[in-house]
Amino acid sequence: MSQLAPLPLVASLLNAPLPDSGITWLDAARRENREAFAAGGLPDTRVEAWKYTALRALAQRSFASGDANAQTRAVDPSILALPGVDGPRLVFVNGVFRADLSALDSVPAGLTLQPLSQALQGDPEPLRFALSRHYRETGDAFARINAASADDGVVLRVDANVKVVTPVQLLFVGAAAEVDLAWHARNVIELGEGAELTLVEQHVGSGEQVHLATLVSDIELREGARLHHIVLQNAAIGANLIRRSGLRLHARAQATLHVLELGGALVRHDLQAELIGDGAQLDTRGVFMPHGRQHIDTQLAIRHQALNTTSSSNWRGVANDRARGVFRGAIVVAPGADGSDASLSNKNLLLSPSAEIDTKPELEIHADEVKAAHGATVGQLDERSLFYLRSRGIPQAEARALLTAAFCRAVLDDLPNEALREHLSAMLVAQLPG
Amino acid sequence: MSMLKIENLHARVEGKEILKGLSLTVNAGEVHAIMGPNGAGKSTLGNVLSGRDGYEVTAGSVIYNGIDLLALEPEARAAAGVFLAFQYPVEIPGVNNTYFLRAAFNAQRKARGEKEFDSMQFLKLVREKLKVMQISDELLHRAVNEGFSGGEKKRNEIFQMAVLEPQLAILDETDSGLDIDALKQVAQGVNTLRSPDRAFLMITHYQRLLDYVVPDFVHVLADGRIVESGDKSLALKLEEHGYAGIGEGAAA
Repeated sequence: MSQLAPLPLVASLLNAPLPDSGITWLDAARRENREAFAAGGLPDTRVEAWKYTALRALAQRSFASGDANAQTRAVDPSILALPGVDGPRLVFVNGVFRADLSALDSVPAGLTLQPLSQALQGDPEPLRFALSRHYRETGDAFARINAASADDGVVLRVDANVKVVTPVQLLFVGAAAEVDLAWHARNVIELGEGAELTLVEQHVGSGEQVHLATLVSDIELREGARLHHIVLQNAAIGANLIRRSGLRLHARAQATLHVLELGGALVRHDLQAELIGDGAQLDTRGVFMPHGRQHIDTQLAIRHQALNTTSSSNWRGVANDRARGVFRGAIVVAPGADGSDASLSNKNLLLSPSAEIDTKPELEIHADEVKAAHGATVGQLDERSLFYLRSRGIPQAEARALLTAAFCRAVLDDLPNEALREHLSAMLVAQLPG
Repeated sequence: MSMLKIENLHARVEGKEILKGLSLTVNAGEVHAIMGPNGAGKSTLGNVLSGRDGYEVTAGSVIYNGIDLLALEPEARAAAGVFLAFQYPVEIPGVNNTYFLRAAFNAQRKARGEKEFDSMQFLKLVREKLKVMQISDELLHRAVNEGFSGGEKKRNEIFQMAVLEPQLAILDETDSGLDIDALKQVAQGVNTLRSPDRAFLMITHYQRLLDYVVPDFVHVLADGRIVESGDKSLALKLEEHGYAGIGEGAAA
């Protein structure tokens, strides 16, 4: 995109000073990504991946970089607690690590959990692969500015064959500030061969704010590693939140994802998974529930690149009021990934005539003996079910909420942690009208 | 005062007149059977009384315990004690049967200004009803009607009725699609619930349900009106001679 004057958003993000790490390769990568962002600007809706998410309004806004007062922002401790989760915890407020809110004294042997800012002061070499990446597409604009500007985030490593029993909690808190802020977090997560971990990633808001946050996570699962990743996105209703998660699964690695997208004004999640080792397995389940004027966009891209790999994706969307939900599920079975099995389902409910959901399943198969199934639907609550409930005395609003919650819960039913499952269910219900 | 007084009821579905001046009076403690050929308007009557969308009442009135029933939303009718056992009970995946029933039970109590039951109180009530109705508690743990056999669905309707304790129960072809054992079980459930304060309106195509639930009155519904009324012997007459010729003398 060529412009005479850069858009306010681009200009304000470029205003941020480049962090200086003193690490040659890292500073070079930051510089290159920043230059790419300056040259490429923002994607418009002609870029396929941004077809349904227009950045026009956001592009006219400016954000101050970083929060100098992040260390002293008051955070209600109740937003940190999560039923069924009581293990090590890393907390970031407006992108800045908060030792006082984190819980790192109970980190078990074989688990490394530290903020990126600290990890870079030690040996940065293990992070080189992830942090020296160069993002090549205009569609990657936010990954570029993240790579250029993020100076904190999570570094998590589980050593080979270590099974971490207690779930690890990562909390990203957006806190009200004097000005609208932009902040960036970079997460690097690796599970060694045969390692096991349950990870709960939360995005929450404290007070009213309209910050812009970008998060980029790289998750590497070595041979036979198993990850259960739960994402609870309940950011402040005005927040702009742009995330990108890259997963790489080596042979026989297994990842299960449960995602709940509830908060935020403009929310985008790019989930890119590569099944690069034979027999790797990926399960993704998610619910997105925009209401009011929220816009929540999930872009799922799964590449089967090895023999007998399996992916199953089951996503549900519910849009109310004037909200918009976007879902794109693109599955590629690459040449040589014979015997793979890929399924994708996205069912959606519109609760209001002004709500909109755009869904697009895509399937590309270049291998043999592949099993694949995909489907997407957009509909409304079943009138017969609604009448059945009302005829038993359940008032209309309550009946609608009950049916909607049931529709969403169907994809969360297999979450093994019961306390957490109940909590997620309660969060769903709290989001419902009536 | 009679419990239910339907006078000159006219109703349309998709612009087509189905009920054409139906009148019927039901008192507490009575069991009325409404019989009639297909297309006579039997199910329309049940749907109009329970407040389903798409049924337009163009004339007449329905007074239930002194109030205008047609002015109430379906949930308010339920709270006032009207229950419809569906001809085709709806499957609701993801909603647990017990949870659903408690939500309904408490919503009705709340609407009547009564104290809601907590889960322990409700479970106790449900256990008692299961015992009386001779229904296995396995039904409770499943999603509402999901994967139920035809018989299980109808038994579940009767079980809901037992828990909700309506004053006026409308059974819309509850006997259809049941084998003889299931029919007997459903009938036994209904008989258990018969009481001096409760009335039943049993809509049925066949006489055989009436062998097990003996009605006080039998009405023949044809072309949108009650064309003949009598006691249980009318049902036997219908069984023998069919609907042809019935009500010709009463049509005026």
